[in-house]
Amino acid sequence: MRNETMTINMGPQHPSTHGVLRVALELDGETIVACKPIVGYLHTGMEKQAEYKTYTQSIPQTDRMDYISPMSNNLAFCLAAEKLLGIEPPARVQAIRVLLCELTRISSHAVWMGTHAIDIGALTVFWYTFREREKVLSIYDHVAGARMTSSYFRVGGLSRDIPEGFLERCEKFVDEMPAHIDEYESLLTRNPIWLARTQGVALISGKDAVAWGVTGPTLRGSGVNYDLRKNEPYSGYETYQFDVPVQSAGDAYARYQVRVQEMRESVKIAKQAIQRIRELGEFGPYRVRDFKYVLPPKEDVKTSMEALIHHFKIVAHGFFPPVGEAYSKVEAPKGELGFYLVSDGSSRPWRMKVRSPSFINLQALPVMVQGRMIADVIAAIGSIDIVLGEVDR
Amino acid sequence: MSDTPEFKPLRTLAPSTAPGELVMPKTADELLYEEVERGLLFTKVESMVGWAMNQARANAIWPLSFGLACCAIEMMAIAGPRFDVSRFGAEVFRGSPRQADLMIVAGRVSIKMAPVVRQLYEQMPDPKWVIAMGACSSCGGVFNNFAILQGVDKIVPVDVYVPGCPPRPEALLHGIMKLQEKILASKPEIGPIPRKRVLKQKGVA
Amino acid sequence: MPLTPERVEQKLRERFPDAAIERQTGDAVRDYTLYVPGESLVEMCTFLRDDAELDFGMLPWMGGCDHMPAVPRFETVYNLLSLSNSLRFTLKVRIAEEQPRVPSVVAVWPTANWHERETYDFYGIEFTGHPELTRILLPDDWVGWPLRKDSPLGYEEVAFTHNTPNRRLPSPSLKKLAPKKVKYRAQ
Repeated sequence: MRNETMTINMGPQHPSTHGVLRVALELDGETIVACKPIVGYLHTGMEKQAEYKTYTQSIPQTDRMDYISPMSNNLAFCLAAEKLLGIEPPARVQAIRVLLCELTRISSHAVWMGTHAIDIGALTVFWYTFREREKVLSIYDHVAGARMTSSYFRVGGLSRDIPEGFLERCEKFVDEMPAHIDEYESLLTRNPIWLARTQGVALISGKDAVAWGVTGPTLRGSGVNYDLRKNEPYSGYETYQFDVPVQSAGDAYARYQVRVQEMRESVKIAKQAIQRIRELGEFGPYRVRDFKYVLPPKEDVKTSMEALIHHFKIVAHGFFPPVGEAYSKVEAPKGELGFYLVSDGSSRPWRMKVRSPSFINLQALPVMVQGRMIADVIAAIGSIDIVLGEVDR
Repeated sequence: MSDTPEFKPLRTLAPSTAPGELVMPKTADELLYEEVERGLLFTKVESMVGWAMNQARANAIWPLSFGLACCAIEMMAIAGPRFDVSRFGAEVFRGSPRQADLMIVAGRVSIKMAPVVRQLYEQMPDPKWVIAMGACSSCGGVFNNFAILQGVDKIVPVDVYVPGCPPRPEALLHGIMKLQEKILASKPEIGPIPRKRVLKQKGVA
Repeated sequence: MPLTPERVEQKLRERFPDAAIERQTGDAVRDYTLYVPGESLVEMCTFLRDDAELDFGMLPWMGGCDHMPAVPRFETVYNLLSLSNSLRFTLKVRIAEEQPRVPSVVAVWPTANWHERETYDFYGIEFTGHPELTRILLPDDWVGWPLRKDSPLGYEEVAFTHNTPNRRLPSPSLKKLAPKKVKYRAQ
């Protein structure tokens, strides 16, 4: 009798790889001996292209990295550029950003839940979660004019003020969302098939998760309480009341529980943000008043010579940050998303490095599936919530 | 051979009478003859089968469940509850290229991915169609750089281009309807089409 | 007392008195950054990770950068995170242009594996001691290092009427291939 292992290829075209991930698996029967993710099938050269674009022109590129949560990406880039410039947007702008980022988190987790459930075999959840995702996308459409690639945030503020009726719309959505989350939970949380497919699957210990640089719900599902919103707050997150859900099991089910709880917490934060925007004025300043970096208001351009010159300079050349570098990060739905910008004093970044959570979380896949069954690979890939646009950039 | 069956009357009816002329009531035989004629259709077998085949192909498109980037999420959305592509008979997304007849190239095609896309196209059975969804797969979009193929039409023949970044699901539905029009208006082919001829027709080597 | 970056630098200097440690200066250097010599990088990282007070257990990211006319040309950036102190710290290593080489930190943090492969892929910086230093994002047969400043973006000219003079005249072969006008009847 011979002992031989078999190597099989999964992807890049596979319905459960969430895009174009390829995994080379070495199998002994149905047990995985070695697993090797092969990435790069969606490499877009965004880091190189950013060096040829002004800072504002790079914002639309960031939408197309993690295309399920565009607002978080815009926020991470804008925060990095703002840190480089040394400016801070007004409190009202920060509240609007927080509101939109939390809606993004709800929508991203909804898409994750639908697709992850499809991978495992529960087709129904997809139709429920996409219903709510469409509502979030309509809100994007209302505020930014695009469904998915919003590019709404700008360095130093927003591209335009929030439209009329926007807050009422968000309020309606966050009021009805908890009932929908209950609905999802009634489909999955105690479903015996779901439990059998996710409990004890794709295990990673907290120590391993830290060593492999895993962040986001995957880290918190392994019992490590680290959330950038609490531990290294940005955009005024320290002033909101919310909890960070943590589970200690470290399996796919624990990540599911963390994400469901996060959706509930996001609803809480969004409610507070709406309240805060109301207090600070439903309409008001939506940009920094520093016209070396930010477009002056249109009314001033029509009346003031100086504002007109600033307008021309910023539209024609962009703004010129000081020589230096900055790294800024946000807690995106998938983990720590960061941008590292190096400036040489010109209007284009000298170097833009993206710290994308999916890229790093995916690296821990072999740790999760080593010695497990081949069917668990699907559950593992789904549970770490990767987006290939962000992995390959 | 035309795309719709040709209608030919079986016999010419009696010429209409001049005004004022007395019209004789039709005999029972004549009435029976007219009744039979109303339910008959005469055409060539070939064009009838071709027409029916085009109808079948156009109204039951099976797309390949194959997403590349951002557009893939909008492609998923058309199968979702709000847009519901099954109204147009194209909801059966297949995981294997061997079972699909429409490839929706949804997203940017990198240089590393290009051979894979081409191979997937080769694996699909004839007749097959391609929709280039979004700016990236149509012309490279905003990513005009070393890593991205400037338009998927450099490697596979494209039937319908859907503009947008990403296109709204309505736009993709419109693209699918345009493809249905194209299929209905195309020359019906019975039996397998030699690949060389297809590629030559579509202008790809 | 919370841990400060100054304290980290002080401890590092105490532990490695001979190493050439230099703080990066500049008006807009927003993060606390130290230049460290490449030969003692792995030792320093191990110290930063294992020291009970510092506890830099995580490497959130590392990457490369090309400062082309400057000498030395390349540098690698290591962003460290101490979970217990919620503190970030940045290390940098300068690398000369000829034979760009730096020791790998995969043994300290396994997560460095893909980061170093990516940096190798983009800049051609070699990481000595890396278990599997191959291209990761670009195809295996790619020639060149795309993110180096002397490597072009690879821009493809867009065909407009002003830069393609024969644009308006369809070639005879194209004319023959053009689809005939078909009238579509609603069924």
